[in-house]
Amino acid sequence: MIRSTHLPLLITIATFLLAYTLCASQYPAMLSTRVVANLLTDNAFLGIAAVGMTFVILSGGIDLSVGSVIAFTGVFLAVILRDTSIHPIAAFVLVLAITISFGAAMGAMIHYLDMPPFIVTLAGMFLARGAAYVLSTESVPITHEFYDTLQSLYWKAPGGGRFRLTGMIMLLTFLTGIIVAHRTRFGQNVYAIGGGLSTARLMGVPLAKTTIGIYATSGGLAGLAGIIFSLYTSAGYSLATVGVELDAIAAVVIGGTLLTGGTGFVAGTFFGILIMGLIQTFIVFDGTLSSWWTKIVIGGLLFGFILLQKGLTWATTLRRKPATEFAAQS
Amino acid sequence: MSAHVHSTFRRIMPQLIILIAVLFLNFLVFPDFFRIEFQHGRLFGNLIDVLNRGAPTALLCIGMTLVIATKGIDLSVGAVMAIAGAVAASLVVDGHSWQTALLGALAVGAICGLWNGVLVAVLRIQPIVATLVLMVAGRGIAQLVTEGTILTFVNPGLIHLGAGTVIGIPTPILIWIALGLLVTAVVRKTALGMLIEAIGINESSSRLAGINSRVLIVSVYLISGFCAALAGVIVAADIKGADANNAGLWLELDAILAVVIGGNSLLGGRFSILASLIGALIIQSVNSVILLSGMPPEFNLVIKALIIIAILVIQSPTVKHALYILRASAEPLPSDPIKEAKESPQ
Repeated sequence: MIRSTHLPLLITIATFLLAYTLCASQYPAMLSTRVVANLLTDNAFLGIAAVGMTFVILSGGIDLSVGSVIAFTGVFLAVILRDTSIHPIAAFVLVLAITISFGAAMGAMIHYLDMPPFIVTLAGMFLARGAAYVLSTESVPITHEFYDTLQSLYWKAPGGGRFRLTGMIMLLTFLTGIIVAHRTRFGQNVYAIGGGLSTARLMGVPLAKTTIGIYATSGGLAGLAGIIFSLYTSAGYSLATVGVELDAIAAVVIGGTLLTGGTGFVAGTFFGILIMGLIQTFIVFDGTLSSWWTKIVIGGLLFGFILLQKGLTWATTLRRKPATEFAAQS
Repeated sequence: MSAHVHSTFRRIMPQLIILIAVLFLNFLVFPDFFRIEFQHGRLFGNLIDVLNRGAPTALLCIGMTLVIATKGIDLSVGAVMAIAGAVAASLVVDGHSWQTALLGALAVGAICGLWNGVLVAVLRIQPIVATLVLMVAGRGIAQLVTEGTILTFVNPGLIHLGAGTVIGIPTPILIWIALGLLVTAVVRKTALGMLIEAIGINESSSRLAGINSRVLIVSVYLISGFCAALAGVIVAADIKGADANNAGLWLELDAILAVVIGGNSLLGGRFSILASLIGALIIQSVNSVILLSGMPPEFNLVIKALIIIAILVIQSPTVKHALYILRASAEPLPSDPIKEAKESPQ
């Protein structure tokens, strides 16, 4: 029998398949490997950031700094590759170290100063965006042969679709995320904290270590997303990726994760990303719909999935009620 | 009465000290900061600018304070501003009077607030998710109204709301002060404020005590939507156009920050609209000090972020508790089992 906790995930997958079938029935070209490959490439950076966001939301927190960290990473890479002669790989390591410590610092503030994640990451969002401005207010192009090499890496599928390295890194991130969430002690601790902070404390979950770890993961993955974004655009711009954190949160919610924490799946986020990408692809294919319909449809979808989760929670508690009454009587 | 004034003063003391400190910083970098002149029938001066430019955030934080007091949050206010501005602009462009445009925009804002309120109070969706829907979809709706363009208008009545003056004082200042006084009077002269606080502290017990929490929660979101619409009209009137993409962008974050700097807990409960308004002025004064100091504009956000982090750390529960311990260390304290359990090794 299907467990009710898996139901939101299954419904997300079903929605994606249904939407894809509907799109394909109208535009058969959407079945081509080109569209599939572009769906992965175009959403690679968002997907990676959303994996980090899933962990944060599973723990009952929120990370508003993601979009700014992506922009900071892009500008940092562009400036450091322009002004120094260090190899991009060294620059990648450096920027990941910065973003991981940035996330860890936010996690430490949340835990030790007992402040709400919303406000701490809001300040982090201003700080990261501001740091990007300080580095450069203009768009800085990246011209390094190593970037060209990375960008030219792809596997050409029959039908002309190019599965690029960036899309593969996103898939790999999702796989790692799924394993970490469900098969490691850290993942269990994240779910425990999301289920209830005081319960987790009584269970002996190392709160400080886990909270700092969660936000460091989110910061690090936002840094990785920034690297992917800079590969995608070949430039660093401090005004780029404004509001990406909202897209990431929307993908996580559409993917069936509860914003209260404790319930959800990393795999659901993957389908959330695909659904959002599909809407954009459909609007491009249609050609007559204006871009603002993307926002309205995503808002509507969000609403639909939230209602669905409410309905499910309501149905399961309703079903359980007679059982507890029976238990109380006996 | 004097006891009441005294307790209010005690409540807003930290915010006042921070505001005075930031204003003094303004004075240090720009000695003419406090000079106010009367020219061409209106008041001029940096202090007036702070009050005037702070109007949108101040208006938003009136509604936001009430929402946060019920343990909620309203992320949609920026998007509602964009919708209201778009509605007002499209109404005057279609030849309606500015009164109709204002009423139309306020009505749309109230409807947006009603939608949020119903999602939170009736469907029992978490506030952050419920208002996220409108935050994401709202700008799309605003673009739908303006059909993707920046709608400009020349209606003098509407422009007066954002750029005009009444007896020498810029209209936005009068609007936010009047609305702030009105809402404070309504919640404090009646039991409404106390009931809202009761909901924020414990909703189930407040409902058991006979409070109609559903209606009250819907109405605080409605007020928030109304305030956002008013702010949206003022911003649109100020630039004589409705920009669906940028009007009120990230202002919801400034408004939430103003409420938090005002010392109101994000976990609901006791609130002070006056303190939130001072919080909004602190944010605007920080912006002003960065501008006046003549530092390169690139540094604005970093400095703003650092100042905000400093204010938040000072107000964080842990630091407050440490200060309390420090102050009370002269007398023996009863042991605090929760704190001890938290600090004992895992």
